[in-house]
Amino acid sequence: MGEMDQMKKEAEGLKSQIEAARKAAADTTLADAASGVAPAPRVQLKTRKTLKGHLAKIYAMHWATDCRLMVSASQDGKLIIWDAFSGNKINAVPLKSSWVMTCAYAPSGNLVASGGLDNMCTVYNLKTPVVKTVKELDAHTGYLSCARFLSDTEILTASGDTTCALWDIETGKQKTVFLNHVGDCMCLALSPDMNMFISGACDSLAKLWDIRDGTCKQTFQGHTSDINAISFFPSGNAVVTGSDDCTCKMYDLRSDQEVISYQDAQLNSGVTSLALSVSGRLIFAGYDDFNCNIWDSLKGEKVGVLSGHDNRVSCTGVPQDGMCVCTGSWDSFLKIWN
Amino acid sequence: MSGSSNLVAMKKVVQQLRFEASINRVKVSQAAADLQQFCMQNALHDPLLTGVSSSTNPFRTQKLCSFL
Repeated sequence: MGEMDQMKKEAEGLKSQIEAARKAAADTTLADAASGVAPAPRVQLKTRKTLKGHLAKIYAMHWATDCRLMVSASQDGKLIIWDAFSGNKINAVPLKSSWVMTCAYAPSGNLVASGGLDNMCTVYNLKTPVVKTVKELDAHTGYLSCARFLSDTEILTASGDTTCALWDIETGKQKTVFLNHVGDCMCLALSPDMNMFISGACDSLAKLWDIRDGTCKQTFQGHTSDINAISFFPSGNAVVTGSDDCTCKMYDLRSDQEVISYQDAQLNSGVTSLALSVSGRLIFAGYDDFNCNIWDSLKGEKVGVLSGHDNRVSCTGVPQDGMCVCTGSWDSFLKIWN
Repeated sequence: MSGSSNLVAMKKVVQQLRFEASINRVKVSQAAADLQQFCMQNALHDPLLTGVSSSTNPFRTQKLCSFL
């Protein structure tokens, strides 16, 4: 068809245009620009707490905004709410489906959510005398890989059905569906100002979305395999991704391109999770090889490692006050380090 | 007809590319300078960079001393 060929040609032309515009802006690399910066100190963190209680692989964890409580999800079919200061379990929420892949804590501390191979996002109220299911958000046609609360009334989800969605928790309906990825969506992260979010998918692309108008604003390429982890740099101007291609990358939103890659010839395990310290200088990346490597975000050098888990590190999280980093593993333990 | 749905899908791809091609891009040197500045400005308030003293570490089991 003539029209189809015409459009294919236009698409190719536009891709070349974008490529050229990115090259024109690439007057240096982040590592070169940061060559004058003093290296980050060698980071040696100790395990301060080992949280024991799950009976199977831990797949996800998320800090509460009070920087003290956190929720973890395991394929033993439970969400556990922990007091990380004491190491005590505050709550254990039994899940209808044990095939959980994600969990989230609402900023208010009132609600938590979980989801996985049941294709649903279930929201629970922690403040009722007994933990109660508030809503089962059921509309995705693929697994739920990630969920993040905007408030007690809105939550964002990423799914194996290649879409992300914004839900109204009260009505249980999707307000907005974000369509553009061509592979399973594996992770999402909210911008510090909560107006945008970023998603990573099995199509090896990261996409920036406007939450309110539902549109994809920017697309970032460079990875050669599934993007499993994603996070905003604390200024909101850049995004860090972790992939099955064994690298992490930082993309600057305003330059619209990759500015540095965090990789090592000896590292040949996929990245499962990542979290940044509050200044953005340190990147904690969990790998399939049981370690969590610490990278200097400006120079691209490895500055430390968290070793101690006996299986894959599946999730990593730094609380808002930056006082520690938590790692969760398939070995069923969570560790708090600082 | 799969032919026309392919056309619709392709139109969306082109529309998205047109949008993405139109944005203004800041030079990487400027972006890098800003990222650097943010890190520097916040370095002293980053407990994982500066270290946490045992007396103020909420995750360290406190050994309480009392005067008898």
